[in-house]
Amino acid sequence: MFDFGIVTRWFDQLLCGIMPGWLATTIEGVIIAVALILVYAVLALFYILYERKLCAWFQCRLGPMRVGRWGWMQVFADMFKILIKELIKLRNTDKFLFELAPYLVILASMLSFAVLPWGRGLQIIDFNIGVFFMIAVSGLGVIGILLAGWASDSKYTLVGALRGGAQMISCELSVAMSIMTMVVLAGTMSISGIVYAQEDAWFIFKGHVPAIIAFIIYLIAATAETNRGPFDLPEAEHELTAGYHTEYSGIHFGFFYLAEYLNLFIVSGIAALMFLGGWMPLHIPGCDGFNMVMDWIPSVIWFLGKAFFISFIIIWFKWSFPRVRIDQLLAMEWKYLMPIGLFNIALMTVVVVYGWHF
Amino acid sequence: MANIQEKISALCPEATFEEGETLLVTVPDAKWHALAKAMKEDADLSFDYLVGITGVDWKESMGCIYYFTSTKYGTHVSVKVSTTDREKPMLHSVSDLWKVALIHEREVYDFYGIIFINHPDLRRYFLRNDWKGFPLRKDYDASDKANPIRLEAEKNEDDTVSYIEDAEGKIQKKRKLVFKPEEYVINIGPQHPSTHGVMRMRTALEGETITHIDMVTGYIHRGIEKLCEGLGYPQSLLFTDRMDYMSAHQNRHCLCLCIEKALGLEVPKRAQVIRVMMDELMRLSSHLLSYGCLTMDLGATTAFFYGFREREIILNIFEKTCGARMSLNYDTIGGVMADIDVDFANDVKALCKLMPERLKEYHKLFTGNVIANNRLRGVGVLSREDAINLSVTGPSGRGSGWACDVRKTAPYSIYNEIDFDEITETEGDSFARYMVRMREMEQCVKILEQLADNIPEGDYCAKVPKIIKLPVGHWFQQVEASRGAFGVYIESTGEKTPYRMHFNSPCLNLLGAVDPCTRGEKIADLIAINASLDYVVPDVDR
Repeated sequence: MFDFGIVTRWFDQLLCGIMPGWLATTIEGVIIAVALILVYAVLALFYILYERKLCAWFQCRLGPMRVGRWGWMQVFADMFKILIKELIKLRNTDKFLFELAPYLVILASMLSFAVLPWGRGLQIIDFNIGVFFMIAVSGLGVIGILLAGWASDSKYTLVGALRGGAQMISCELSVAMSIMTMVVLAGTMSISGIVYAQEDAWFIFKGHVPAIIAFIIYLIAATAETNRGPFDLPEAEHELTAGYHTEYSGIHFGFFYLAEYLNLFIVSGIAALMFLGGWMPLHIPGCDGFNMVMDWIPSVIWFLGKAFFISFIIIWFKWSFPRVRIDQLLAMEWKYLMPIGLFNIALMTVVVVYGWHF
Repeated sequence: MANIQEKISALCPEATFEEGETLLVTVPDAKWHALAKAMKEDADLSFDYLVGITGVDWKESMGCIYYFTSTKYGTHVSVKVSTTDREKPMLHSVSDLWKVALIHEREVYDFYGIIFINHPDLRRYFLRNDWKGFPLRKDYDASDKANPIRLEAEKNEDDTVSYIEDAEGKIQKKRKLVFKPEEYVINIGPQHPSTHGVMRMRTALEGETITHIDMVTGYIHRGIEKLCEGLGYPQSLLFTDRMDYMSAHQNRHCLCLCIEKALGLEVPKRAQVIRVMMDELMRLSSHLLSYGCLTMDLGATTAFFYGFREREIILNIFEKTCGARMSLNYDTIGGVMADIDVDFANDVKALCKLMPERLKEYHKLFTGNVIANNRLRGVGVLSREDAINLSVTGPSGRGSGWACDVRKTAPYSIYNEIDFDEITETEGDSFARYMVRMREMEQCVKILEQLADNIPEGDYCAKVPKIIKLPVGHWFQQVEASRGAFGVYIESTGEKTPYRMHFNSPCLNLLGAVDPCTRGEKIADLIAINASLDYVVPDVDR
C-alpha cells in the first residue's frame, strides 16, 4: 500500500535544503491550509449532490437532472448563486456577533476536519492526544449557533439556538463516551495509533458487543450533534422556519450550510476511524490472498468509501424518520444513551482487561 | 317534531313556531339565553351540537339563525333570534354553552355588527380592525370612499372588547388584554411552512410550552357569501370549489343538493352515482394529502412524496372526466356537467386494486415508527364532549369517538344504499385523528369498488329550467366533506339570486379547536396538532 509519508517527507526535505526551517514550515502550513479549504469546499459540493440524489432515490424522484449530466453541475450553480447573493443587513441585530457566528461555526468544522486520517501517511497533524483535540474543537460549533440565534434578534432564531445549545451539549457527551470506549480498546489517543491498531481487524469486529453498542450510540448521538434529521430541532423547518439561521443570507447562510454538510462528513469520518479502521483496508486474519487484494485499493479510497457509507446511513435516517421533540430528545440522551454509554465503557474495560476481544 | 315544539313552548311560552324542513323556533332575545341553556341541558332535548350560526339581515330586523342537532336523539331544530335595532343591535351570546359560538358569533359581528352580550372576545374575525361598516348588511356602503385600499399593514390589536351584562341588566363595555405584557409571543404565520395556508397564530409561550393562541385570519377572505348575493344560483356554484379545494366535489354537491331540494328536482340515478364516486375520490385524495402533510410537518419528508404519488393518480382521473385537476367544476344543478370519461370505471378499479398495498406501505413507513408514535399519541387530546361542544366534525371529531358522519346520520344521495363503515377512534389524540383518516381511506376504496361496476345507464343531468328561481323560503343542507360536515344555508325571496347564502365550513370549527387542544403542549406539538386537525385555510376565509 502506498505511503503518502514518502511524498511529504521528500517535500519537507526539499524545502529545508534550500531555505531555513521556519520558512519551510510556514510554506508547508500555507499549502496545507489552501489544500484543506479546497478539499473542504469540494467535499461540501459533493455532499450536497450526494444527499440530493440519495433523498430523491428514497422519494421515488430523480433529483437534479438539468444542469450537467445527472445534474452534477447543479451544485456549482447553487454555490455561485449563494456567493453572489446580497448579504442583507438587519436593523436590530448585534452586528459584530451576527457576523462572527458563521465564522465560528465553520472554524470549528474546519479544525476537526484537519485531524481526519485521509490515508496512509496523509494526515495534517498527528499528535498523541488527537482524539481529545478532535472532541474539543468540534464542541466549538455550538458557540457559533448560540451566537447566531442570540444576535439575530428574532424569536425563531432564539428558540432554535437554545434548542441547539441544549441538544449539542447533551449529545456531545454520548459521542465522547462512545469514542472513549474505543480509545480504551485502542489504548492510545493518537489517531494514527488507532488506525494501526486496527491492522488485523477493525474495531467493530475486534471489540464485538461493546464496540457495536458504542457504534450505535455514536451514530444516534452524532446525528443529533450535527443537527440532522430526525434531530434537526434547532432548524426544524416546519416549526421554526429555519431555526438559528433564519435571518442569515448569502454566504453567511452558506457557511452554516457548508458546515452542516461537512459536519456530516466529519462525524462519518470519525466513525470510520473509530469503528471501521480509518483508511485501513479490510483484513481477514488468515486469508493472505484476500488481504493482498484489499491492500491494492488505495488508502484514500478506503477512508472516503467508509465515510460515505456511514453518511449514507445518516442520510437514510434523515429522510425516513419524523422529527423528535426537544423534551423527547433530551430524555433519550440523558435517560438512555448516556447511562448505556457509561455502562459500555465499563464493559469495554472489562473486555480489555481480561483480553476477551479478538 | 311535535314533541320538541311542546317541550320548547313549555320552556319558553313566548316562542313561536314555523314548520319547515326543520322546526324553526322564533324566540325574543330576552328569553334566548335561558332557552338555549335549557335546550342544551334538558334530558329530552339535549341539543348539544350547534351546527352553525347564520347571520341574516331581513331589512326590518337583523338576527341569527342557529341550527342545532341532538347527538343523543338525532333530532334537529333551528332557532331564530332577531333585533330591530340597527344602530346598536345586541343579542345574547351562547358562547358559554357552545364554545363553537366563540368563532361563529365573531363572524356574525364582523359582517353584521351584531354585538353579542357576554361574549368574552368580540373583535373582528376576518376583516381588518379598522374596517368601516358591516359588509353583509343590506344597506352596506361598498364604495371605496368608506374603505379605501389600505397601504399600511394592520396593527396588532392587543386589547379586546367584551360587553358584560350585570345583574340589573345593564350592559357595560369592558376592555381586556389578549396577551399579558410579560408574555413571550411568537408569531407563527402568515408565511410559515406549516400553517397550511395564509393565517397567523400568535402563540404565547412559556419556554417551549404554549400557554394560549390567538388566531388571526382573513388574509385570503374573498367575501364569497357577499358575492353570491349578487349572482345567480348556477354562478354561485363556482365558489364552492374554491373554498376547501380538497373537498371541491363534496362542497359543490352540497350546494347542488340544497338548490335541488328547494326546486324539488329529481336527480337521475346515474348522476347520483357519479357524484358519490367523485366525492369518495375527492375524500381519498384529501386524506392522501393530509397523510403527506402530517408526515412532512413532523419531518418525515419521504412519506409526503408517497402520499402525493397516489394522489396524482386520482387527479389524473379527475382530469380525464372534469378537465381540471384543482377547481373541478363538475357537479351542476340537476346532475353533473358532462358524462364520465370512457376509462373512468377502469381507472377507478385500477386505483382500488392499488390502494390496499400502498396503504400498507404508508403504515410501514410512518404509522409504526417509534418517533411518530411518540409525537402523536397523547398529544392534543380532544374529549368527545369537547369535540361536540366545539362542533369538531369529520375525521377529527370521529377521532374523539363522536360518530358524526353525515353520510350515516342524515344520508343524502345514494349513501343509504352503500355498504360502508363509519370509522371512529376513542382516544381523541392526534394519533387517533390520523388513524381515522388512514382507515377511512379503506372505506373510500370499499365504496368505490361497489360503485365502479354499477354505474347505471341513463341521463347524467336532469332537465333544468334556463333561469333558476328558488321559491320563497330557506333551506339548509349538510354533506360530509373531507374535513367534516359542510353546510349550506340558502334564503330566497323568489329572485334569481339568493337573498342570503351561508356556507358553514368545517375548517372554521377546526380552527376553534386549536387553542383548547394546544394549551400546555410544546411548540412542536402545535404543528402536529394542526396537521392532525387538518384544516384548510381557504375554507375558513370564505
